[in-house]
Order: sequence, then structure tokens, then C-alpha cells
Amino acid sequence: MLAYIARRCVYAVLILVGVNLLTFTLFFAVNSPDNIARLNIGSKRVTQDAIEKWKAEHGYDKPLWFNARAEGARKITQTIFYDRSLRLFTLDFGSSDSGRDIRHEVGTRIQASLALAGPMLLLTVFVSIAFSLLLVFFRASYLDFWGTVLCVVMMSISSLFYIIMAQWLFGKTLKLVPLSGFVPGLDLVKFLALPLVVGIVFQLGSEARLFRAMLLEETNKDYVRTARSKGLSEAAVLFRHVLRNAWLPVLTHLGALLPYAFLGSIVFESFFGIPGLGTYVIEAIGGQDFAIVHTMVFLGSLLYILAYLLTDVAYTFVDPRVRLT
Amino acid sequence: MRTVLSRRSVAVIGALLLALGGCSRISNSPHPSGAERTNTFFTAFQERSPKYLDPTASYSLDETPYVYSIYEPLYRFHYLKRPYQVAPRAATAVVEPRYLDRNGHALPADAPGEQIAEAVYDIPIRRGIRFAPHPAFARDAAGNYLYHDLTPEQAADKRTPFDFARTGTRELTADDYVYAFKRLATTRIKSPSYSTFADHVIGLKEYGDRIAAADKELRAGVDPASRDLPFLDFRQYDLPGVKALDDHTLRVRLNGKYPQFKYWLTMVFTAPVAWEADKFYAQPGFAEKNLSLNYWPVGTGPYMLVEYQENRRHVLERNPNFNGETYPCEGEAADAAAGLLADCGKPLPFMDRIVFAIEKEKIPHKAKFLQGYYDNPEIQRFDWYQEFEYDVRNSEEVAQLFRERGVQMPRTLEISNWYVGFNWLDPVVGRGKTPEERARNRKLRQALSIAVDWEEFVRVFESKAAGEPAMGPVPPGVFGFRADDINPVVYSVIDGKPRRKSIDEAKRLLAEAGYPGGRDAVTGRPLVLNYDYQRALTPELKAEVEWMVRQFAKINVQLEIRATDYNRFQEKAEKGSLQVFWWGWFADYPDAENFLFLLYGPNSKALTNGNGENAANYDNAEFNRLFDELKYLDDNEHKQRVIDRMLAIVRDDAPWAFGYNPYAGSVNHQWVGNVKPGPLATDRLMYMKVDPALRAARIAEWNRPIWWPVVLMALALVAAVVPAFRAWKRRERETAGRRLAAIEER
Repeated sequence: MLAYIARRCVYAVLILVGVNLLTFTLFFAVNSPDNIARLNIGSKRVTQDAIEKWKAEHGYDKPLWFNARAEGARKITQTIFYDRSLRLFTLDFGSSDSGRDIRHEVGTRIQASLALAGPMLLLTVFVSIAFSLLLVFFRASYLDFWGTVLCVVMMSISSLFYIIMAQWLFGKTLKLVPLSGFVPGLDLVKFLALPLVVGIVFQLGSEARLFRAMLLEETNKDYVRTARSKGLSEAAVLFRHVLRNAWLPVLTHLGALLPYAFLGSIVFESFFGIPGLGTYVIEAIGGQDFAIVHTMVFLGSLLYILAYLLTDVAYTFVDPRVRLT
Repeated sequence: MRTVLSRRSVAVIGALLLALGGCSRISNSPHPSGAERTNTFFTAFQERSPKYLDPTASYSLDETPYVYSIYEPLYRFHYLKRPYQVAPRAATAVVEPRYLDRNGHALPADAPGEQIAEAVYDIPIRRGIRFAPHPAFARDAAGNYLYHDLTPEQAADKRTPFDFARTGTRELTADDYVYAFKRLATTRIKSPSYSTFADHVIGLKEYGDRIAAADKELRAGVDPASRDLPFLDFRQYDLPGVKALDDHTLRVRLNGKYPQFKYWLTMVFTAPVAWEADKFYAQPGFAEKNLSLNYWPVGTGPYMLVEYQENRRHVLERNPNFNGETYPCEGEAADAAAGLLADCGKPLPFMDRIVFAIEKEKIPHKAKFLQGYYDNPEIQRFDWYQEFEYDVRNSEEVAQLFRERGVQMPRTLEISNWYVGFNWLDPVVGRGKTPEERARNRKLRQALSIAVDWEEFVRVFESKAAGEPAMGPVPPGVFGFRADDINPVVYSVIDGKPRRKSIDEAKRLLAEAGYPGGRDAVTGRPLVLNYDYQRALTPELKAEVEWMVRQFAKINVQLEIRATDYNRFQEKAEKGSLQVFWWGWFADYPDAENFLFLLYGPNSKALTNGNGENAANYDNAEFNRLFDELKYLDDNEHKQRVIDRMLAIVRDDAPWAFGYNPYAGSVNHQWVGNVKPGPLATDRLMYMKVDPALRAARIAEWNRPIWWPVVLMALALVAAVVPAFRAWKRRERETAGRRLAAIEER
């Protein structure tokens, strides 16, 4: 297994280099360092001198890819790309273009993201599995039919609709919870209640349908028939056999969701005023802050790579037949 | 068993309903519990935190409520008097300058501007002003500064000034203003006003060169990417134009006459900066933790910043060392009736804390305001008035709600304008090369100016563009504006009122310009103009831009929309490649010079590589000459005549279709007092007050939670689950029965 992990780590470096390259190219294809400088300085009385000064202070006064004026290896190392990319691999995120410490910001904001996305992920998976088990238990009945229709309806509606409706109903009309905001401490519960409920309801349709399909696939297998023929109760068949064997695809799906718990949900954080990493990314894109965008894309890629690696390792625990070679 | 369960269920549900029914405590407050009962002012900000709280760098509207509450410039604009009057703030009086000729001889106050070689301002500063508590001032028993030479280890866990055990203070002196003036020449941060001050303050340009050289020396051997730079001590170098005559008298010497200088002294650029604070923040490791004047300002004003959570929340708290300021006793005639003079002579500020919370989305933002959780939706912006005014006018329900809740919405005119510009360098709408071409192009611009119906614009887009159509570049409230003056190129006077000229008149001018029926008289091709817009088009903006297209279409001129982002738009302006464009200006100070300089030839954006603010690149020799004269004039009859002539020139040349002057208003709840809108009264927070008891009562009344629908939802869920549970049990029993039968068969 160690050899497998080592090989995946090498791939990870290559993937990160590729992502880095792509992010850099795309960002600077639409933003010049002059634009970034102007946006950071302000809109009134911005002189070219001020722009040049800002660029020099923030390391944007070098060429993007290739420094023709430099000698030897410095032709490559004396560039914005080299400056900005290399240090990310040592997890030195530096400062944002507006001068703020990115590592500190990420460290602070990840807590808010986790406070929402962590429980949301766990509860969504729990509720979705429970609901899909119910549908599977009543498969081919009216309950299954209408449950599936409900799932399709729920997954067809935009998350924005759920958010706006929930804010209107529970925040504005019934006045039960704040419309948005974030206060640490015990008060946090009342701020997270609405986004959590909305998040679960919004994802329930697609997740329950997915889990239902996974579970149904298992219920048609021979071992289930054998279990039933032994006279086991349906609950015992579902919980002891089907659910256990369906863990592999569920785990794969969870692996893909895991980075969101850290990176936060852009839509939910924006609408509910949660100062997490999702809003951090949105603000950085709005402010054309390359340093933050670059860091967050890098972190996102890294988390995905780690999540999938962890998923692969987890397979070996869930299913002893799986061997990582 | 089932009967017992249902009885128990009924009992539980009943108890729950009773508990919820009795639960009338507010639960939807976005603030910590009980916050509404404190002497705190709650407001919000949109998009992001202010970027610059350093007084040398701060120049944006969203920064004003912070920096003008924390710092005290020498002067201010009087909170209540209109038209705006400059009043003393940290100074004890607004002083008149003394004028000297080239030989240093005194000149009379009315000497011609050209004869004046030097203007000397001796400004007396109030005694007893003290800085807010800050670790930069903390000293030990021997008088040594406690926190000026920290090791990286000692500073490792420090992220805000409040992480230091001790704080100190000292009295403000004239040297702090000297330091602030010198700091304008900084090479470390942006200094947007430096070029203006360097043009006027004696020796500042040379001082800037010396500072640049000194900074270069200090940076020698320092990693260029490092944010830790050695302390640049501005005290070490002499600035001849700014001196402290004694601890409480500041002398500023200017090159020649510059009547607008008093306005610059109301701005935060010249607010005092303590050298101790600058030194404190220059320590290794501080910059990367955002420990700097840009995030944690150190001032003498009524408030100090105690919380800075980027893009989330900022809190100002009463400066315990602030004293000596009282509420004004004079204002406009209507102020007494409006209760704005009732607090005459009372010590300021009234409020203990100001909380700014981020609101990214407009719908929850408005809803929270109406729930009473914000006292004012956004203190530094005046367009909320237009937003709410539109809602009130278009919905009787909303109007009724506003009346019931006693929302106050006072209004005034903003010192700003929005206009459509014609690029003077463009061959079609610009100046033109030959006299004939110039005459034709002028007629084209005049025709287009008539065609764009600004009266309709402010009516149609009143939700965001309520205001009054402009007759020229100088807005109301500024010396030089005449209420009875009209733009004769665009308006006729009918029954004593201005009426926009007819479209037929515009078409006639267009034909004379060489485009009869909107087609080139020579080639027969339709006249197509490009309209540059400074933002990507949202549905709301699209409506505005399409309205503009329709205005041009009224005289058969086609308008191609070129919407872009602000950066691209700026780039195009700098290159002089705009043709027809939308732009606006928010005044630095209420003087006609600050608007007419937008049309001053040498100030052309394209010709100064973007350094000027004349986006239309307009250039008229007579206008330029008059502007040069205007710069030296005090507000008097002669200045009015000069402005009148300048307005006549630009109206005839029509480099802009003079758009509109927007309204500025303020939206506040009934418990907020002493509100007088005025964009230039930047220190307004210290005059305002809240009634926390009234606020708490109203919030409780307006936000009683309604729980019964939640109980109904829970019951519905139970009702849906119970049959499924029963079916589950039935199946289990059936399976068990089958198994039993199978065993029995065996």
C-alpha cells in the first residue's frame, strides 16, 4: 500500500503543477497586472506612477512567464509565475494583493466553513441514506413511486429558490431565525439552523435518488436473496447486508463531497452571510486578487487529491478484498 | 399500548405547543442577545471591508465613516449649515492666509493671484486633545517605550493592538500634523493626494525626492519581496513648507494663492499621525499579521477601532480620551423645528459603539433593516434613500409599513453628477480638425444633448437614479451654481420654466452637422456611435443602457453598446479610445473648481497618461484660461462671472450631455436622532444618537416569533412517518409469520 500511496503522491505533484499552470494562464488572460493594481489602489486619482509603484511592491513588475532581460536560470526564476507558484508547494501562501496574510485568513475562515459544511455533510448523508432505505424497503410501492417523484422535484429546483423561500418564510414571515449572519459562541446555533435545513432539503433529492439506486443494485444480488430465503427480517437484510455492501460506492461519493466541507459552499455562505472560505473565494474573484484565487485553487486541488487518496485507503478497510497495489 | 402512546404523544405535543406559544422572545436577531438594548448603532456595509484606514491613503467613500470618526483633521464641514461651511475641528479657528510677494513682503488679502508668491496659514490647534489608548504610547517607569523594539518571539502571538498588556496616550501637538504632511511623500503606501499637495506645499516635492532616496537606502539589502521594512522616520528630514511654531500652532506655507486649500484641510490626508504609531507598526513580523495603520488606525477622534474582521464585521468604540467637542447650536432655519438643535452644547459623541456588519445580498439587508436590526442600512451611502423611496412610492403596503414604523427619510442633493461624455479626440463626436468640421461636430453633440431626455431618465430609473437634470457641470449647493440658470442649447424657457427643446430641433441640428435623417450626407451610411459603459450589463443596467440607445434612436442615430468592466473602461479612457461614454464625479469639496477641472484641457486623461480627470479630453483655450484665473479666486461676484462664462462655453461646445445631480438621502429608524444628510459631513456619526429602550421595545413588537406553523410541519412529518412505521412492522410480522409457517411445515 505504501508504494501505491507514494505513486499517488508523485501524480499529485504533477496534477498540482498542471492546475497551477492553468490557473495562472486563465487568470492573466483576462487580468493584466495593471488592472489588478488599479483595482487595489482605488478609482480616484490613480496615476501611472502609483500603478508602477504598487506593482513593484507586490511583485507584479516582472514578466509573467519569461524574463528576457535576465541571465541564465533567472530568465525563468525572475518571473511572476515562478515567484507565485513555487512557494505554494511549501504551503507558503504569502499575502493577498491587498496585503493580508492568506494563511491566517484561511485558518480563520475554515472554521466557519466547517461549522456549516461539516454538519451539513454528515446530516445530509444520514438523512439521505435513511430516506433511500425507506424507499428501498417500500420498493415498487406507491410510497417508492411518490418518494422518487418528490426526489426528482426537489433536485430540479435551484438552491437559490430554497434559500430565498426559507429566508422569507422562517426569517421574515415567521421570525424564527435570523435571515443571515454569523456570531460565534452559543448564538451560532440559531445562525446555522436555517442554512443547515435548507442545505439538507436541497441535497436530499439527488442524494437519496443516488443512494436508492446504489442500494437497489445491491438488493438484486444473490446474497440478499439468500439472506431473505433464510427468513431474515427485511430490516436485518437491509441494515446488516445491503447497507454494508453498498458502502463502497457511498464512500466514493463521500470522498468527492469531503473537500466541500473545508472549502465551503459559495452559494450558502454568500446568501447566509457566513464568513467562510467560499465567500473568501468569491470576494477574491470579485476583487481580482490573484494571490487568493491562486491559493484557493491550489488548496482545492490538494484537498481533492487527498480526499480521493483517503477514499482509496478507506476501501481497504470497508472491503477486505480490495488491495492497493 | 397504542392508546397509551397516543395519549403520551398528545401530552408531549400539547406541552410543546404551550411552550412555543409562550415563547415570545425574539429569536431572529442577527446580533448577540440583548445587543439592541445597548447604546450601540447598528449599520451594515456591502461587498467588502474598507481597503485603506491609513489617513494618508484613505480616499474612498466606504472608508469615510471609519477614518473620520477615528481621526481629526484640522477643519470639517459644519454638520448642520448649508450651503456647506468650513468649520474648525482640531483647530480652534478657520484662519485666513497671509499673502507674500516674491520678496517676502506682505500683500493685501485681495491682491491678484498672480502677484502672490506665498500663502501662509498659521493654524491654532485646540489644547487637551489626546490620542486614543494604544500600545504604541505605552512606556515603562523610566519613560522608555515598552513595545517599540519587540523581538519576533515577543510579537509572535500579537495580532491586534489589544493583544498587548498595556496601552498609553499623549497629547496631540502640532508636530503630529507636521508628521502627517511629511508622510504624504511616503514611498511605502499609496498617497493619492501627494501630487496635489506637492504642487502647493513649499518644498514637498523636494522632500518627496529625499524620502524616496532615504527609503532606497533603508531597503538596501532587504529582500524585495519582504514586507518587513525598516522604520522610515519622516521627522529626520526637513519640510520647509510645514512647521510647528509651538506645540499648538501649525504653519503651512503654500506656493502662491490656493483658496481651495481650506477644503483639503477638512480631509483625512492631513489628519495627525503619531510617529510612535508609525514606528510601532514598522516592527518585524507586524505587516504580515496586518498590524499596521491601514487596519488599526491610531487617532484622536471620538471613536477608536476595536474590532476588524475582514469582510465581516467592524466595531468602533468610544475613545475614552476624547473630550471637548459639543453638539452645534447653529444650523439652517428649519433645523430647530426638526429638533436638530435640541442637543445644543451637549458633549459628543452620543453613542458608545458603532457596529458595521457585512450584508452581501440586498433582500436580507432590507428585511433586517425593516425588522429593526439595522438603525440605518448603510451609513456612508446615500442611494438607499432612492431604493426605499421607490418602494414607498410604488406600494401602498410598503408606504403604510414605513409610516407605521416611523422610518425617517430626510433628503438633500448630492454634490456629484452623472453625465454622458463625448471624447474630444474622436473624429466624429470630438473637436474636429478644420473650422467647418468643428462646427459640424458641435452641432452633432448639441443634437445628441437635446435627444437624451434626462427628465425621463430620473423618472424611469428613480429607484437608483433619482435626482434633478443638470444644466451644466456645476451642481447645486456649490458657489457658482445659479438656480435660475438654464442651458440654452438644450432648453427653452416657456412660461418661465425650462422645457427641453424638441426632437425636431435636434434633427435640424443633426442635418446641419452633415447627418440628415441620421445618415452621412456624403456616403449615405447610417451614423453609428459606440457607447462605452463601465460595467458588465446586469438586467438592471441593461435597461438603462437600452434606454440610452432609444434616446439616440429618436434622431435616428444608432448606438452600439460596448459594456466592459471598470478596468478596461479606464484603460480605454487613458488611451483616448472612448467615443460616447457614461461617467460621474463625486466632489472632493464643494467648489466649482472641483467640477470645472474635469473639463480643463491640461487635465486630459488621454494626454496625461491617465493622471488627469478630464475623461472627455475637452480642450478649449478660453475655458482653460478662465480656469487658470478661477483657481485663485475667492467666492465673490467676479468669480461668479468667470464661472458663468465658463458654463456658457461648455454648454455651447457640449463635450458632455449634462446628465443629472442625484439626490442624497438617509434612511433611519424612529429611534435614531440628529440625522441630517450631507455627503460632505463625513464625521456625522459623532452627532447622531439612538434611543436603545425604544429600539428594544419596537424590535420585540415587530419580531414576535410565530411557532405554530413549525409545529404543524412537525405533525405533518409524524403523520407521514407513522403509516410507514406501521407498514414496516406489518411486513416484519408477515416475514416472521412466513418463517414460522416454514418451520412448522418442516
